[in-house]
Amino acid sequence: MHLLAEIREGLLISLRAIRANKLRSVLTTLGIVIGIVSVTLMATAIEGVDRAFARSAAAFGTNVLYVQRFPWVSNEDWTFYRNRRRLEVSYGQKIERQTKLSDAVAPVVRTRRRATYGNLSMEDAFVTGTTQAYMMAAGVTLEDGRFFTVEESNGGRPVCAIGANIAETLFPREDPLGKVVRVAGHPYTVIGVLEKQGGLFGTFTSDNLVIIPLFSFQSHFGSRRDATIQVNVADVAKMEDAKIELEGIMRKIRRIAPGKENDFNINQQELLTQTFAPISLVIASIGLFITGLSLFVGGIGIMNIMFVSVSERTKEIGIRKAIGARRRTILMQFLIEAAALCLIGGVIGLAIAFPLSLVVDQVLPTAMPISVVAIAIIISLAVGLVSGFLPAYRAAKMDPVEALRYE
Amino acid sequence: MNVIELKDIVKTYDMGGAEEVHALRGVSVSIAKNEYVAIMGPSGSGKSTLMNIIGCLDTPTSGLYQFNGVNVSEMDDNDLAKVRNKEIGFVFQTFNLLPRSDALHNVELPLIYGGFGAGERKQRALETLDHVGLGDRVHHKPNELSGGQRQRVAVARALVTRPSIILADEPTGNLDSKTGEEIMALFEELHHQGNTIILVTHEADIAEHAHRAVRLRDGLIESDGPVRHRRATAASVA
Repeated sequence: MHLLAEIREGLLISLRAIRANKLRSVLTTLGIVIGIVSVTLMATAIEGVDRAFARSAAAFGTNVLYVQRFPWVSNEDWTFYRNRRRLEVSYGQKIERQTKLSDAVAPVVRTRRRATYGNLSMEDAFVTGTTQAYMMAAGVTLEDGRFFTVEESNGGRPVCAIGANIAETLFPREDPLGKVVRVAGHPYTVIGVLEKQGGLFGTFTSDNLVIIPLFSFQSHFGSRRDATIQVNVADVAKMEDAKIELEGIMRKIRRIAPGKENDFNINQQELLTQTFAPISLVIASIGLFITGLSLFVGGIGIMNIMFVSVSERTKEIGIRKAIGARRRTILMQFLIEAAALCLIGGVIGLAIAFPLSLVVDQVLPTAMPISVVAIAIIISLAVGLVSGFLPAYRAAKMDPVEALRYE
Repeated sequence: MNVIELKDIVKTYDMGGAEEVHALRGVSVSIAKNEYVAIMGPSGSGKSTLMNIIGCLDTPTSGLYQFNGVNVSEMDDNDLAKVRNKEIGFVFQTFNLLPRSDALHNVELPLIYGGFGAGERKQRALETLDHVGLGDRVHHKPNELSGGQRQRVAVARALVTRPSIILADEPTGNLDSKTGEEIMALFEELHHQGNTIILVTHEADIAEHAHRAVRLRDGLIESDGPVRHRRATAASVA
């Protein structure tokens, strides 16, 4: 009760003091406002990059293994892998026959070509040749229509499923299903549209894909292409076992003598997330540190103005002490004032940062996380308490006789 | 029992280096309940130092100070603050009201520090303001009140905790003589109601309102005795 009354009194006094020095309070608080805006926006942006990455990485599927000539993450020179033997699309069937742990195997070949519809065109569409197993092996979902059947796949029919970006670009106002798209001049009928994936890095998403049957791809774009074999593991818990099994099968197919190095790589999503996590941490730390500096400067501003406030109110402190205010009471009074200034700054900062975060959302898939809001409030409170402490302590230990004599 | 019991109080200020100022060189005074004492002396006599020590704003370098039988000469800051809050009502020459607070809040303040609940605080503050004749000015801020009214608010603030002593430091110093007389009449009445009043002043005619005068010179008591020609206060309280 006693403490509550003192806190109430402290609040009352500080609000009165803040009101009495409006311009000064506004200018001081501005430092905190700017600090909170920059820190929360930075946190929001970092969250956005993380989310974008997670979304991009998710495109690879958590239980999909990619047999490829190149590793996704490597410290070796690129030329080291370039000299490896090509991976053949025929490996797909061979793996499928031998595997026990995988339930879908799809050979994939890619090329970048121009896709057109009427006078609309999309440069550099990712033309992907594969089998009907791709749907499962790549973990894609359809927004509309269907994927090609075994018959269409084996027969190399001129049909295609297109990514969301392709659909939006070539069919801004039309239903793409049943329309004929030309890929490097060759006609393909659209039978399915993939669900939009989004993500940070264009190359990773399925949004720019034009998926056509493998045989059709080979007859139009050549068969001497390096393939990727995508393997869907039935049980995520057995990823490691499946990887070992796949390695064995591949070594057999490629006839690699025991003791010799693999001349292929088995990639998976985990590689990317593992690589990105520390990078993300470093970016976040540096970003928050730099923006944190502005908050620190704001805190110094608060400390400075609190010192001014304390010395201006020396007489008042003397009066309060004379009529029985204890050190704790005076300390609390000024701490509350500093905290109130910072808290007001924090709330204003959030009010400014929130609409700005919606602008950030246009670039990165993000929203200001609730945790950031809570942390911003706590941080501004903490900045107030920390920067208010020294001035408040000076006030608290003033000698009442000296303070009363002050004019 | 005496409210105030000072024995051989010495206060020495260290001015840095070898220089020391002996503000009090051994002062012994006892003040009983319901006394009306004037502490007098020219500036530099040590009367302000004595007032600060009596008011528990400062502690003596040596000597014993018992307040209501409790040794306060060695108390720490927080305990002294508690004594000031509960036992001592200050009235200052410059009123020393909080400028941004109204009369009511100024009077409530000691009760806030004393830990009283909001309801009781307000009731007691209003009663006390009424008692000093400011029942109709409770929501005025100090700058909306005359000097005499401000000093009445200060008196109310001193009275509101029902302290053991009222310690007034030149309470009429900033007032014209007529208003000063009114304040002195108020003290007279408070004394009649049983309060113990200690008046610190250098003006002889103000000191003559008291019943006993303690005169200081150069840090020592020069004389201590009853006031022979007491002044009657003509002005009424209200």
